This record gives sequence, C-alpha cells and structure tokens, in this order.
Amino acid sequence: MSARDTVLVTGASGFLGRAVVRDLQDAGYAVRTFQRRPSGVAGAEDVLGSVTDAGAVRGAVDGADAVVHLAAKVSLTGDPADFERINVAGTADLLDAARAAGASRFVHVSSPSVAHAGTSIVGDDAEPADPAHARGEYARTKALGERLALAADSGAMPLVVVRPHLVWGPGDTQLVERVVERARAGRLPLLGAGQALIDTTYVDNAASAIVAALERAPEVHGNAYVVTNGEPRAVAELLTGICEAAGVRPPAWSVPPAVARAAGGLVERVWAVRPGADEPPMTRFLAEQLSTAHWFDQRRTRADLRWTPSVTLDEGFARLAASYR
Amino acid sequence: MTAPARRLPPAAATTAPATLPPAGLPGLDPAWSRLVTAEDSGGVTRTWHLLDNAPALDDGAPVRGTILAVHGNPTWSYLWRRLLGPAADAGWRVVAVDQLDMGWSERTGVARTLPQRVRDLGNLTDALGLDGPVVTLGHDWGGVVSLGWAVDHPDQLAGVTLLNTAIHQPDDAAVPAPLRLALASGVLGRGTVTTPAFLETTLALGHPALGRDVKDAYRAPYRTADRRGGIGAFVADIPLGPTHPSHAELERIADGVSALGAAGVPALLQWGPRDPVFRDRYLHDLAHRLPGAQVHRHEGAGHLVAEDVDVVSPLLGWLDAFLPAPDAAGPSPTSGSPSNQPADSSERSPLWAQLQERRDDGSVALVEMTAGAGGGPRAVSWRLLSRRVEEIAAGLSRFGVQAGDRVSLLVPPSADLTAVLYACVRIGAVVVVADAGLGVGGMTRAVRGAQADVVVGALPGLAAARVLGWPGRRVSVTDLAPASAQALKVEASLADLAEDGRSVLAGGGALPPEPRPDAEAAVLFTSGSTGPAKGVVYTHAQLEAVVRTLGERYDVGPGTGLVAGFAPFALLGPALGARSVTPDMDVSAPRTLTARAVAAAAAEVDATVVFLSPAALANVVATQGQLTSDDREALDRVRLFLSAGAPVAPALLAGAQRLMPHASAHTPYGMTEGLLMTDVTLEQIEAEAPDSPAAGPGGVLVGEPVASVTVRISPLDDDGAATGEPADVRGVTGEVVVSAPHLKDHYDRLWLTDRAAVRDTAADAPAARGADERWHRTGDVGHLDHDDRLWVEGRLSHVIVTGDGVVTPVGPEQRVDALDGVRRSGVVGVGPRGTQQLVAVVEPEEHRPRVRRGPLARARLADADLASRVRAAVGLPVAAVLVVPTLPTDIRHNSKVDRAALAAWAEQVLAGGRLGAP
Repeated sequence: MSARDTVLVTGASGFLGRAVVRDLQDAGYAVRTFQRRPSGVAGAEDVLGSVTDAGAVRGAVDGADAVVHLAAKVSLTGDPADFERINVAGTADLLDAARAAGASRFVHVSSPSVAHAGTSIVGDDAEPADPAHARGEYARTKALGERLALAADSGAMPLVVVRPHLVWGPGDTQLVERVVERARAGRLPLLGAGQALIDTTYVDNAASAIVAALERAPEVHGNAYVVTNGEPRAVAELLTGICEAAGVRPPAWSVPPAVARAAGGLVERVWAVRPGADEPPMTRFLAEQLSTAHWFDQRRTRADLRWTPSVTLDEGFARLAASYR
Repeated sequence: MTAPARRLPPAAATTAPATLPPAGLPGLDPAWSRLVTAEDSGGVTRTWHLLDNAPALDDGAPVRGTILAVHGNPTWSYLWRRLLGPAADAGWRVVAVDQLDMGWSERTGVARTLPQRVRDLGNLTDALGLDGPVVTLGHDWGGVVSLGWAVDHPDQLAGVTLLNTAIHQPDDAAVPAPLRLALASGVLGRGTVTTPAFLETTLALGHPALGRDVKDAYRAPYRTADRRGGIGAFVADIPLGPTHPSHAELERIADGVSALGAAGVPALLQWGPRDPVFRDRYLHDLAHRLPGAQVHRHEGAGHLVAEDVDVVSPLLGWLDAFLPAPDAAGPSPTSGSPSNQPADSSERSPLWAQLQERRDDGSVALVEMTAGAGGGPRAVSWRLLSRRVEEIAAGLSRFGVQAGDRVSLLVPPSADLTAVLYACVRIGAVVVVADAGLGVGGMTRAVRGAQADVVVGALPGLAAARVLGWPGRRVSVTDLAPASAQALKVEASLADLAEDGRSVLAGGGALPPEPRPDAEAAVLFTSGSTGPAKGVVYTHAQLEAVVRTLGERYDVGPGTGLVAGFAPFALLGPALGARSVTPDMDVSAPRTLTARAVAAAAAEVDATVVFLSPAALANVVATQGQLTSDDREALDRVRLFLSAGAPVAPALLAGAQRLMPHASAHTPYGMTEGLLMTDVTLEQIEAEAPDSPAAGPGGVLVGEPVASVTVRISPLDDDGAATGEPADVRGVTGEVVVSAPHLKDHYDRLWLTDRAAVRDTAADAPAARGADERWHRTGDVGHLDHDDRLWVEGRLSHVIVTGDGVVTPVGPEQRVDALDGVRRSGVVGVGPRGTQQLVAVVEPEEHRPRVRRGPLARARLADADLASRVRAAVGLPVAAVLVVPTLPTDIRHNSKVDRAALAAWAEQVLAGGRLGAP
C-alpha cells in the first residue's frame, strides 16, 4: 500500500466507521465510503448503497486498492433474515467483488462475540469463530461472516480479521447512549455487584488498530485479532465512569444475575412479537454480557499489528465528559 | 492353611495362549508389544507379552542399561506406558512384562506362588538375553517380584526403584482392612475371579479419578472370569503368616534387600501416601532396609501413583544423577548432597558439650515459670539438667531406641522437652519436631510422613497419636494411671525411662557412642505457611553450625540470660550455654502472651536477650500498660531484642523497642531450612523510606547476610520463573538463593523437592563456585541493594506476570498499606500467567458494621476515591480494587496475607462469581 491508494470503507457512516475514515485520511489514503446514508466525512468519496445489493457492492469496490468492511446489522434483537442478508450474504458478496476487482488487501471487522458461548472470558486470545455456540443472531451471523472472510484470505488479497470489543466514545449511539439513557430513566441496574471484569475499546484505539491491520496485512494475514484497551474494569466501575462523564446518576440498584438472565429471556420473547418497537430493556445476551467477565490477552494483537492503544481509559472518560459539556 | 489354588473357582484354571493387546489403547504404542517364549519355573514353555522400547532406541548411541518393569495386581504393563518413550530418548531400554496369567500373557491355569514368579521372571530375562546393567522397577506385588529378581541377579543389578509396595508384614501388625476383606474365605474367589470387584476397586483408587478410556485399557485383558484367574491367585498368594507357602520366599527377599542396601545399591522409592493397603509403614521398612535410597512421597497421590503423578521424570532424573551415562560430565553424586563442611572439624562442639562440661555446675541452666511450688517459677541447675539428660539417654537406649531411630516430640516447651531432646541427640536418635500450629491435619501428615519409631508426648499429643493412628511406640511425659496408659498404648513414662537409665548408669553401664557429625540429628517441620508441611532434616554438624552462628552473631553464650519466646531458641539455650526461660504462655496461642509475662521471665534469668515470635509481639506491646516498675526495671536490662519467623512491621518493632528502651531491636531473616540468613535492626529499617532508591521495586529490607552466609539472586525471566544463573547482582529481582554451613541437609522423603531446592549445589551448577558449597533456593523473591543488603519482595509463587512484565507483590502492598484508612492489603493477579491483571484487595482500618446484609456487606468494590488512591499508590495498571472486612491470613503467622487463597477468590469474583468473603 502506498499513500494515495484508494481504500473502500463500508459502514463509514457509523460511529467506528467515521473514525476509521478519518485515520485513513490522516495516513494519506484516498477514502471511498459505501453505505446507505452519506458518511458525513469531509474529503471522502461517498458511494451510496446497501451491502445487500450485489450490483451496488461491485460498483463500490471497482477501482479500490483495499477494503475495510465495517457494515453490519448490529442490534440485540431483530428478524434473523435481516441479520443473514447483511452480515453473511452481504459479506460474501463484498469478498467476491473485492477479489474480482483486484483489491490487494482486506480488513474484516468482526466482534469477540463470535467466539463467546456465554461463559466468562478471562484473558483468552481470539478463539475461532463458532456460529453453533454464539449467543444471539448478531453474534451467530457475524461468526458465519468471519468464517467466510478468513476462507477468502489469499496471497493475492491478504485478509485480516479485527474484533474490537465494546467500542465506545463521544458520539457513540450503541453502548454509551444506551447506558446513559437507561440510567437517566432509572432503568439501569447492576447485575450482582457489577464486579465482573470487562475490557472495552476507546473508539480512537479501535480505529488505529484497524488501520494497523491494513498496513500489516501482508505479514499477518489469515489471522483474527481481538482489539481492546487492555484495561479491564469491573462493570460497575465502567458504567459509573460513563454515567459520570455524561452527568447522569450512576446505577444504584442491583439485580441478581440469574434473575436478569431469566428476565432477559422473557423480554426477548415478548419483544419478538412486538415488531418495530424500541430496543428491549434487557436480553439474555445482555444479561450474560454484563454479569460475566470478558477480557482478553492482547499480547499477540499488539505484537503482530505493531500497535498499542494511544488513549487510556481515563483519558477516554475525560474526552467523553468534554463531549457532554 | 489350604493351598491357595483350591480356594479359587474353576474359571481360574482356564488356559489360554498369549496375545497382543488390541490396537487403540490410549498412550500405548503397538510397536512396543512383543510375545516372547521362555520356560517357566516348572520347565513348561510359556509365552509372555511384554512392552519393549528397543526399536525406539537410537542405533548410534550406546544403551545405558535396561529398566525391568514389573506391574502388580491387578494391573498390567500398561502401567508403564508413559515410561517407554522418554526412557528411550534418555538411552534406557525398558522391558515391561505382563506377568504370567496377567495382562496379555499366557493363562497357564496354575495358581502361581511368589517363588515361582521370581524364577519365571529370571528365566524370561535369560531368554531375552538381557546383558548390561539392569535397574528394576516394581509396583504393588510386582515390587516384590522385581526385588526377588534383584536379589538373585546381583552382578547385573545397577539399581532398584519401587512404587508403593511391601516386602515385610510385621507379625504383630494388623493386615490392612481391604486385604483382610479380600482374603476372607468365600470372598476371595468371588471378589477376584468370578466378579471384577477387586479390579474395579483398584481402578477406583486414582487421585484424581482415572479417565474412562484408561480404566477400559486396564480392564481389557480381564474382561471375563476365565481371564482373571491370575488376579485371584495373586491375592491368595499374599503370605500373611509363617505357614503360608510364600512366606519363606518373602523373608528371603526381605533379607536380600537389606543386604543390597548394606552394599550401597542405588535405590529410588516413589510413594503415594493415600494408599489404603501399602501404608507409610511399608515405606518406612523399605527405607530402613535401603538406607541410601532417595525417597519421594508424592503428597496427594495414592496406590496408583504412576497414574496420579509423573513418576517418569523423577525416575529418569534419578538415573541421570546416580547412574550417569559414561560420557556425562561431572562427578556422580553418591548421596543426596555434598557432605557438609563445618569450618574445621576439630572445632566441633557437640550440642551436649555445655551440658557435659557443666555437669557439676550448680548454677541455673533453665527456669520453668509455672513448674515450681504453688505454680511459681522453678530453676533447674546445669547439674540437674545434665544428669537428667544422661539418665533419659540411657533409659531410651534400654527402651530400644537406637542411633538413627526417629523420636517424635509432642511436648510443650519445658524442662522435660529440653531434657528428652538432648538425650535423643546424645544417643544419635533423630528428633522429629512438628509445630502444633500446623493443625491436626498438618500434624498427622507430618508425623505419618516422618514415621517416628517412638512418640514422646504430653497427654494431648498422646491422645492424638492414639486416635489418629500415628505410628510409633509411645512414651508419656508424665506418669499416667495404668488404665490411661493402657488406653493410650503408652509403654513407659519419662520418669520410668530416667529410672531405668539411672540403674543402668549406676551399674556401670555407659551411654552409646556419640553420633558422627554427619549423622541426622533432627527433622523440623516447617510452618506450612508456604505450602504443605515439609520435614527439614539437619545433621549434627549443621545444628552445631546453627548454634555457633547464633552465638557469634548475637554474642549469646555462657552467662547470658535468654528469654526464649520462640521454640527453636528455647531448645538451643543449653547448647548455647545460656540461662534460658520460656515465658508463661499458651504455645498454641502465642497471641495471648502479655508484657508482664515477658518481664517476669526476664527478671527470673536476669535476661539481656529477649526473643519473641512476631505473632506474640502485638499483644505484648498492647499490654505494656500493665507493667509495674519492677517489670520495667527487668526489661531495662535487656540489650538485645529479636523477633523473626515472619515479616515484622516496623511499627510493632518500634513498640517493642519502647518496652525495652536499652535494647537493640533486630529482625533476622531466615527459614526452617536456614534459621539465620540475614539480619537488620529497627534503626536500619527506619532509615530507609519506602521510596528510597535502594528499595527498587519495593520490598522489606531484611539486611545484610550474617557471617558465613552468602546470598545470591537468580533473576526472574519474562515468565516470572527464576531461571537466571544465581549471581551477585544488585538491583535485579530474582529468587533468593543462600549458602551457609548451617543450612539444612535435605527435605525428608521429598527427594524431588530437595533436588529443586538445592539445584545450584551440583558440582557444575553456576552458583557453586566454591568447592562443596551447598545452596538452597528459598522460594522468596527479592533483590540486593547497592550496600549488598537484601530486600524481600514476596514469594516466588506469588509473582504476577502481566502483559507488561513481572510484578512482585510486597512493594505495591506496602505503598497501599501506607494509605489513610487501609490496615493492610494484598496484591494478586487474575487471569492466565503472562497476561494477568493486577487486583488490589484492601482490608480497611476500621471495619464499620454495615446495615445491609448479604454478600455486599462482606466484600465490595472500592469506591471511586479509594480506587483512585490505590491505583496511584500502586503505580501500575490495576484492574480492580476490592474491599474485604478481613483478608485471608496464613494459619500459622498472624501477619502473612494468604495470597494464594486471595488470588483464587479474586479470580472467581472478578469472573462474575459470587462476591462472598475470601
């Protein structure tokens, strides 16, 4: 790769996608984006379309030297067919198109949940994606997509999978906004004492890791890497940090994890027959996520990608607080 | 007794040819299996199945010898599957037989007896044409057969190695219950042949349980009753009385083994103590017969020790050490460690020298604070003590105690304990001292493991010995009523022994010769604060060196008044020539010692030296308000104050210093394996700020090595292992490695542990630059500062390895302890080694009762303020700060945080488990 090469970024209008585009531009690449809405990033060439439209995908990839694939259906519930079309079929079409267009590198952005069977993760490295045991449609379809991506790795198109874990930061509509809104509404309980250790990723770190993966692809292709800040914290401490940065009251009430899991299961079934409703307050998946540890061994990631996070957790909270002022 | 065969069912008489084992048994390479024919003891040609790694041996390299492995009942050569590959790599051929009627060997239909089996095996090795040195290896009754072969082939025999087995059943000892059951008439045939009960019972003895596939492999040759005749014949062949046909052969082998032992044949005994049949007393018997044997008891392992733990690496390591390849560099050690070298043997001053020298001295040797009239103090003169020691020594000899016998002392500190201890060492008996602080479980493991021949105890100790089935003949310290004595199986009292001894001496009898300096003198059991209790063996020369070192360092000798509130020093008082006293205290609860009791003891011997255990110190300091002016006067005369055994907080040492204003306060560093290694004063500690450059990564300053001690550091590698060459390096963190004449000799029956601890002693080890220097790995980590003073940073096993590097716990803990509101703390790692996260667990200064109940009332995450202060103090990334009402504390030392327990607790809590108390 050299500066002025063109990198196609799918899902660039998302929270992490915008950060990746900015980093790529800062590194001197020309960036083309592909998603349904304008990316809103100055200087990027926007191609509008959906990854479920194979023709549009081919058009977007044409002429790109490299691809960073972020587009995905991310939510806790929803129609399984939608997850399949976007996260599996969409990925397959994009991989085919990139190979046909002669792209020389591919970074597939995945999620640690593809290898998470609901038990604690305590200092594990990236285990193989396991659709059979992944929890929920998102994780299952992302696992299938990741397998397709790794199968498409080749000398001609070296491919790297990056799995950022719980990306957050100013402007984050997933984790931060949900936590803050629920806390504001008094709907955010701690599960147990909130003492399970969880590793998260400040958005700038996730973006710089993705760019590092793109640059290191020829040397480390065919591998999957979990990316985090490498600073696990108790759930309660993280939620408190986010709430305090946003100026809302941190959670003060607690639900036993087993109760939350059972309630989550019930809520999921209710929400399943309420199409079009808002996000459910609790799902089984979320209950597991918030009551079991998941933090990772970052040694291989850092050594292979020659990357270290540049924004610490504390600095991240400070920037988040600044964004709310 | 009826001939054994007649007691077996008809199925036992079934014959069948030998076969090869089926393919696919886990861990078994089909290439090892062979069928070999040889005449049996009756001249009939039989076919054996055996495992032979000869094909795997490198053609180019010379074969060092053959390991002849013999399984027991009801296993087969599958037992040795893990040996064949590694042995071949090490240049050793392994021939592991299936005994006739066992495994896949021929079913002969004959109920074979021990003499037959021994000859069968000899005929087989003849047929195999085994030449070159042979090392036998046996387990269970295969151990007896293998020893029979060893006794019959002295020219070929290079060494004997054994797992749980027995060659002698004392006539008066009870047959283990499981065997009694199996041998009961009517049960034998059904239990062993008709049903697989005996087989299944044995396979259930794994610790941990055997895997299903491994059990199936053991079952494979014994699927039907007509395959199990050999199992029944083996059980029927157990010779329980002199009338049994195999009894004479067993006696012959037992005597032959003793002869091998006397001839110095190398031997290795590996033992699983959790064996319901082959109990420790059989190990004791074997160790007596093979006095040069290396012994390792694998704590936690049982009868199937070869399945429970790795017995192969120790065996191959032992072969390298004792039967090295001809071209291997370095001399071959003939014993466990190089001989100890006292500075000059002519300087030797035996432990009883002062007692002997002052046998007519009427001055005070020791004082018992509550033994006198009306519960007051009683002074014992040198003359009286000396005479008492000689009488008990003579009495013990008459009782049958010989040099090398072990005498377990379950006696609280007292004149009686002192007298019996010096009597034992004088006649060469080895004293076994286990601290009551080990708890009943630890004491039982210790006393069983040490296999005392005699137990001398006060009532509680004797009762425990009786109830818990501790081994050894029993002697009571006090005279017991005949009924009690009988109930406790006590054969004599100390007074009886003294009286016997008095008459022996009056009749012109002499004490036995004095033990040699390199003879074993004592087995001390360590606190267990740093792992399971280990027996530490000292020779006479080494104990004499301890006495010399203490005496010289602290100028304690004849004329010194010594308050010894710490067991080892109380016992060494007479050897030092000091006038000693133990303050009135409950030894099992040192925390109850008061300042007044210390002062009263000091006044009694006009003490200038006071030694107290760290556990006792807090209450002594706390109760100083009760001191009278007389008490204070007595303490004013003290010039030296010592406290050791665990780290002593400077504040506590300073408190003691105020109690004894004219004393210099010292806190020496050492361990049961080396009682005095370095020394530091309160002044020196106070002169060092925690953030001084000398502190480096932190730690407790324990001072400079005392004379004759050398301290080196074995640097830690990136994985936190002490793999670095021990060196005289400053500012580098590593395992503390020490050398001194007063180090222990070895660990008792823990050959592997010992090898690991002394691995720097080997002639070619880098640390051993001086000839004959003995080194000990302390298991502590620390560093030397620029004045060559040692700082201890924690235990090697508590080192945390994060993604950013190695962290030792003591430095961070000290910085957290210094925070407002923190009483003490523990810093541990969670997660896999190499990517561990630091966790700080804090015990707050004041434990305010909380209104909320449930788990949250017991342990919780620290609030934001405390968490940020702790993180700043630690100065390294800390994943979580937890608060608990009480940190788990080591059982013995009231001050050491049990980091292993704390880490296990933090691991499960932070994985999302219950937040209960640690």
